[in-house]
Amino acid sequence: MAIVETRDLTKVFKQGQLGAVNDINLLTREGEFMVFLGPSGSGKTTLLRMIAGLEEPTRGDVLIGGRVVTQLPPRERRIAMVFQSYALYPHLSVYKNIAFPLRAQKVPKEQRRPKVEWAAALLGIGELLERKPRELSGGERQRVALARAIVREPSVFLLDEPLSNLDAKLRASAREELTQFHKRIGTTTIYVTHDQVEAMAMGDRIVVLDKGVVRQVGSPREVYDDPADTFVATFLGSPPMNLVDHGDVLAGFRPEHLLPAALVEGPAVAITARVTGVEYLGNERVLYAQIQDGRFGGKRLIGRLPSVYQVEVNEGEAVRLAIPERNLRFFAKSDGRRTEARSLAWE
Amino acid sequence: MTGETGWLGWQRWRRLLGAREGGVRVPPGILRWAIVLVFAAALSFPFLWMGITTFKQTTDLYNTKNNPFLFNLPPTLEHLRLLFNETMYLRWLGNTAFAGAVVVAITLLLALPAAYALARLTGRWGERLGIGIFLTYLIPPTLLFIPMSRVVALLGLQDSLWSIILVYPTFTLPFSIWLLMAFFKSVPRELEDAAMVDGLTRFQAFVQLVIPISLSGILTVVIFSFTLVTQEFVYALTFISSAAHQTVSVGVPIYLVRGDVYYWGSLMAACLIASLPVAVMYNTFLDRFVAGFTVGAVK
Amino acid sequence: MGMRRGDRFLGAAMFMPALLFIVGLVGVPLILAFLYSVGNVTVGSVGYKFVGLANFRSVLQNPAFRGALLHSFIFTVSAQLIVIVGANILAVALRNPFRGRGLVRFLILLPWVAPISLGAIGWKWILDSIYSVINWALVSVHLVKPFDTPMWLGEPKLAMLSVILVHAWRMMPFSTVILLAGLTAIPRDIPEAAAVDGAGFWRTHLEITLPMMKPVIAVALLFGIIFTFTDMTVVYILTRGGPYDSTHVLPSYAFFAGILGGSLAEGAAVSVFLVPILVLVAWAMLRVAHRTEVV
Repeated sequence: MAIVETRDLTKVFKQGQLGAVNDINLLTREGEFMVFLGPSGSGKTTLLRMIAGLEEPTRGDVLIGGRVVTQLPPRERRIAMVFQSYALYPHLSVYKNIAFPLRAQKVPKEQRRPKVEWAAALLGIGELLERKPRELSGGERQRVALARAIVREPSVFLLDEPLSNLDAKLRASAREELTQFHKRIGTTTIYVTHDQVEAMAMGDRIVVLDKGVVRQVGSPREVYDDPADTFVATFLGSPPMNLVDHGDVLAGFRPEHLLPAALVEGPAVAITARVTGVEYLGNERVLYAQIQDGRFGGKRLIGRLPSVYQVEVNEGEAVRLAIPERNLRFFAKSDGRRTEARSLAWE
Repeated sequence: MTGETGWLGWQRWRRLLGAREGGVRVPPGILRWAIVLVFAAALSFPFLWMGITTFKQTTDLYNTKNNPFLFNLPPTLEHLRLLFNETMYLRWLGNTAFAGAVVVAITLLLALPAAYALARLTGRWGERLGIGIFLTYLIPPTLLFIPMSRVVALLGLQDSLWSIILVYPTFTLPFSIWLLMAFFKSVPRELEDAAMVDGLTRFQAFVQLVIPISLSGILTVVIFSFTLVTQEFVYALTFISSAAHQTVSVGVPIYLVRGDVYYWGSLMAACLIASLPVAVMYNTFLDRFVAGFTVGAVK
Repeated sequence: MGMRRGDRFLGAAMFMPALLFIVGLVGVPLILAFLYSVGNVTVGSVGYKFVGLANFRSVLQNPAFRGALLHSFIFTVSAQLIVIVGANILAVALRNPFRGRGLVRFLILLPWVAPISLGAIGWKWILDSIYSVINWALVSVHLVKPFDTPMWLGEPKLAMLSVILVHAWRMMPFSTVILLAGLTAIPRDIPEAAAVDGAGFWRTHLEITLPMMKPVIAVALLFGIIFTFTDMTVVYILTRGGPYDSTHVLPSYAFFAGILGGSLAEGAAVSVFLVPILVLVAWAMLRVAHRTEVV
């Protein structure tokens, strides 16, 4: 097990190419499950590939277990990686796929079989060893890829969007399986995804990246509840945080905090808005509303009303809505960064 | 009105071509079959003719009163006996097979690493170099054979099978590099990344992973290079001056003719026997070769 | 994605052997070809003296060479015309699968895949002055008289026609399979959309299919031009350039002058006349490749 650290890690691409990263300084904790989250082109995969040694940084350093590995090829970094496509060797059986890293590192033949069987048992694929990758289902492929990754007991696990090739149903169970797997082996893991649900569900901490820059590092609760800037605020959460323009600041609040005034207790700001649309989603209703008058007149908002509340809300009606004051977040208009809370005149 | 419906009418031809009102498919109409049959017959006729000639008695062949399509006398194996027992045909087949095998080996040895380098390791230069390599394929032997004959003489290889073994890779290489490059590009990069994370160097990943995965592409190159060797005529004719060192494609048309006398029976047998295996091999891999020629022009 | 620094060295090292081979055995002879064409090299000699354009002047004054130059163009243009028209018809006829298409494909391919020298010798027998099966057929349907049969390879005009037809025979399969590949690559829904819009077979073919196949037709044509224009095997085996030099082409003439005649310089000068066409074709090919990639 080991800690991964990056120091001023930078990759400059030729013009027009996506995925460049700038001066990234990160430090994992021992045994942590860290998630790199960002839209495509944010540089998250480039960052991971530099940690793996598959991409050469323009400048900066990568440290694994306190050792600078920037100049080392991937094979000497004691890492394992699971790829988006799983990258199973198509011409080799499952057994030979899992044994491949052992063979590549010249582990004596008689020591290979017990290790392969241990890894296969850990992932419950003992019966698949003689199959070829093309004969496996998506979920089975993922497990083979994981078995191949753990078989030589790496000090760091790198996973590059390993769930993106699975269909939605399988993805939920695969997510759970990966989390369990990480708990069992406890190896420091870095996981790249563009899917915020995956990031929230699995990560001990999330690194939110955009345009090659780290926007925020924090636990899922921190990045969701206390976004460091408007990018994080709007990237996480679906529908995204409402932002209203208020002089030199932007006031933000999540859709689930915009509720009919009657349901809100404690200090809150209230507004009158016309409901322009209601989507009934079963567990909740999504409200589309437009603030009627006052200084925010015309501003469109989105609210989420859990189905446990039976309040009647109809399209075209003007309703009184409120946001608890503790759920308001403020961002500087100039750079989008978080600023201190303040009380504002809302009407 | 007659223009629409008469013998020369438009509608009639449309029907014959199998066109339906509002339909684009050409169903198996009579005309379509006729076209296919006429072309197939015309294109394969010389080989059919070789077959008939092979088994005809000489007196039957040379009697202009006989219907040449029929066996007016019983079939004979005499021409085949003559070909295999009294000519150097077997030797030429052997020479061709040997030269083919060595040329294929040289081609693979040079083309595999070169194609991989172009596909993966040379970045934007690779694209240009690849095109440059492809263009050398357009330089024909008939432009190079005169200076090449000097080069061959300089190396002391004249009248030796080794002269063509040395020279043939000049045309097998460019096309093979081109084919293999496309093949390597279709191997997912993540496989090699995985192999390098798993403990291999880039070169080891090429040898232990990329080559085994690309076996069918390599087989294509083997077949293609081999058929090119069997088809080549100009260099062999130029460099090799004694019958014993010839390949089939020069030996048969040049050295099976004694003076001005053509032993047509044996000659046709020799052509057919050498052509068919090559044709079968090529036919099996046709789609790959076509892909090699049409890279870029067909999506 | 970027590359590690080591990769670039490895790439150079892996590419180098093939590059050296090609430079040594294509590049050097190519330069030599140009040098010879302006020098005084013969088979026996060892020295080299620059003679300027003397070789070109000498071959240009030779009517046999001027004939060869003309024949080269006539052969290439006529053969490719036949090939492109025929291959288009054949490709359309072969487009949809039918029983026995595999066998038909094999038969159709034979002229291209069998060694051309052997195919040509087959034709030499079919076109024989006495035993020609074609003549026998013509006589038996009373198109020609028994003792006045055409001398296919012995009479200048007929010999030219024969050489052209054998060239066309040889290239037809190649162009057909290339066009077929282009034809099958056209997404089905495009002609289907045209059909829904009310276009018939011919309109669809002429206004939709053919224009979409332009790049593929260009590829088939360009390769066809190269293979026909630079070929000497068909002429060498069928006629050796005769009768009376009436079928010589540039490559066969170069062979007779340079190798059999012993004047390497003159032969090289003749070959050099191939270069402008080669350059033109290469340029056209790059354009085709470039355009299809951009679109």
